Amino acid sequence: MKTSIDQILKVDSLHKTYEIKKLFKPTLKLNALSDINFHLDKKETLGIVGESGCGKSTLAKVLTKLEARTQGEITLLGKKYDEILAEEFHSKIQMVFQDPYQSLNPRKKALDIIADPLVINTKIEANERRDLVMAMMKKVGLRDEFALRYPHHFSGGQRQRLGIARALMLHPEVLILDEPVSALDVSIQAQVLNLLLELQLEFNLAYLFISHDLSVIQHMSDRILVMYLGRVVEYGTRDQIFNNPLHPYTQILLESAPKTNRANENQAIVVKGELPSALNLPKGCAFEPRCPFATAACKESVPLLEIKQGREVACFEAR
Amino acid sequence: MSDNLLDIKDLNIFFKSDKNPEPIHAVRDLSFSLKQGEMLGVVGESGSGKSITNLALMGILGDSAVITAKECKFNGHDLLNLKEKELQKIRGGEIAMIFQDPMTALNPFLTVEFQIVETILAHLNISKSEAKNRAIELLAQVGITSPKERLKSYPFELSGGMAQRVMIAMAISTGPKLLIADEPTTALDVTIQKQILTLIKSLQEKNNMSVILVTHDLGVVSEFSERVQVMYAGELVETGLTKDLIKNPHHPYTYGLLSSRPGAVERAPKSPLASIAGIVPAFHQRPVGCQFNPRCEAVQADCKIGNIKIDNGVRCLHPMKGALK
Repeated sequence: MKTSIDQILKVDSLHKTYEIKKLFKPTLKLNALSDINFHLDKKETLGIVGESGCGKSTLAKVLTKLEARTQGEITLLGKKYDEILAEEFHSKIQMVFQDPYQSLNPRKKALDIIADPLVINTKIEANERRDLVMAMMKKVGLRDEFALRYPHHFSGGQRQRLGIARALMLHPEVLILDEPVSALDVSIQAQVLNLLLELQLEFNLAYLFISHDLSVIQHMSDRILVMYLGRVVEYGTRDQIFNNPLHPYTQILLESAPKTNRANENQAIVVKGELPSALNLPKGCAFEPRCPFATAACKESVPLLEIKQGREVACFEAR
Repeated sequence: MSDNLLDIKDLNIFFKSDKNPEPIHAVRDLSFSLKQGEMLGVVGESGSGKSITNLALMGILGDSAVITAKECKFNGHDLLNLKEKELQKIRGGEIAMIFQDPMTALNPFLTVEFQIVETILAHLNISKSEAKNRAIELLAQVGITSPKERLKSYPFELSGGMAQRVMIAMAISTGPKLLIADEPTTALDVTIQKQILTLIKSLQEKNNMSVILVTHDLGVVSEFSERVQVMYAGELVETGLTKDLIKNPHHPYTYGLLSSRPGAVERAPKSPLASIAGIVPAFHQRPVGCQFNPRCEAVQADCKIGNIKIDNGVRCLHPMKGALK
């Protein structure tokens, strides 16, 4: 297997299974992630889309070691995940959370929240820490006087800037952004997205951008991974996915997203049914019960990712 | 006598509080009307007053609210001067409401059957078994498979989309003339969102029901409602036909909102988005003059004085001309 220098993060056949134990009942297995393969290059943004329950947040947790993986290998800068020491690990990969109201400690001042990664992972003196925090606050667009305020003084957009500043304190190479703008008002979303774009150029960051909002993903990503019920269904460049989606789920997802500038007035495609329970997955393709193009073969076995028209897609019917 | 179902003129909502001697002015001089069978989209960010207006129409704002209006007519009734008994007939009967989070709107301790039948019995003079049959019909109508079995379910056994369908079934159980849908799909996935909105649209057309669809998503409004009004900081800033407003917004706020949406206009990927600077002012820090003036790029001296009247559907002294860029 070749690992080029540009690949910061490489994920090989990653599985995550949760065991659900109930008294006097057999233990159930929930496959939150099944056979995930992808890589992240330097300075690029990989968008991850999918609906609730597709495993995108589990993936973020496994990648940041908040959850242990069940199977598979993850390589960060050529080193295996298990061989990296905690301090080194946290200085390479950091995360920004969805809800800026719940991911900041309400009892700590902004200065202390942002300084936390330095306190935990480095031996930098308090004075120097303060200077570093102030410099970072300036970078993310927070004024000096905010340093001594508590999170409840901040608006949603400002809180998210705080979260971003905290994630950048150790100068990581990879930033995992789990729905970073979903909790924000529309006019604030653009401000935060612009900030993320600026920071990516300035710090040479690679982003793993998780979102359910397709227009945000389209704007921010270089390549895109589409997930459905714990599996990758399509994986390709932004233009491949958005201009010529091959998997029926990707097509329906793109079609369902409300737009202000829809070209054709035809709104006929409404996908039937809902997500099946992850505990009771269909034997074949997980999307088969809802898929308008399903055939008998789709019920029999799970389609694997194959290269079609230059991107990976997991569908028997896609050409 | 107009043929409008709903006529609101100069609606003002204040909140008293012990801390501030000045009451908070949450909604300012709001006027709009709604025809029978029409869908009106209401767009605005948090703090714009869009939800408070709806709660005021339903009469569920609580004692700290002071509501004044020149006119607040619904189907011939003056909503602000009804006795509680009369209001109870209208609330849930002629005006129904569905909420953003269906999981918290349903009572977790009671079955779907109990909750729907309770609503029906409160408003219609029929027996309990008739009400149960009607509940089954309604669940089938909103697209729930095997409705009989679903009646026995508790809310936690339903998915978000199904819970919202149950809410809709409850809302239409009394044959309301007006359905207020407050962010009905914000908590749902896009494919389910489309199913629910299509369902609401079809019920609107079939039952000739009026709908107020509150959302923060301009995409939702432009696909589902013919008319739209945009609210900002307690004021109606722009109103008109959706297809015109989306293409030619005149108020700088509407313009900013539309152009800051990724994908609204042709733009190179990863290039900076147009954005509106600053944040929505807090209730006790509202500016004088145009509410948007501290964030507006085209602000001029006269924007900062006096009360700006809505003219030709736009509350702006220097409206923008030309299409969205």
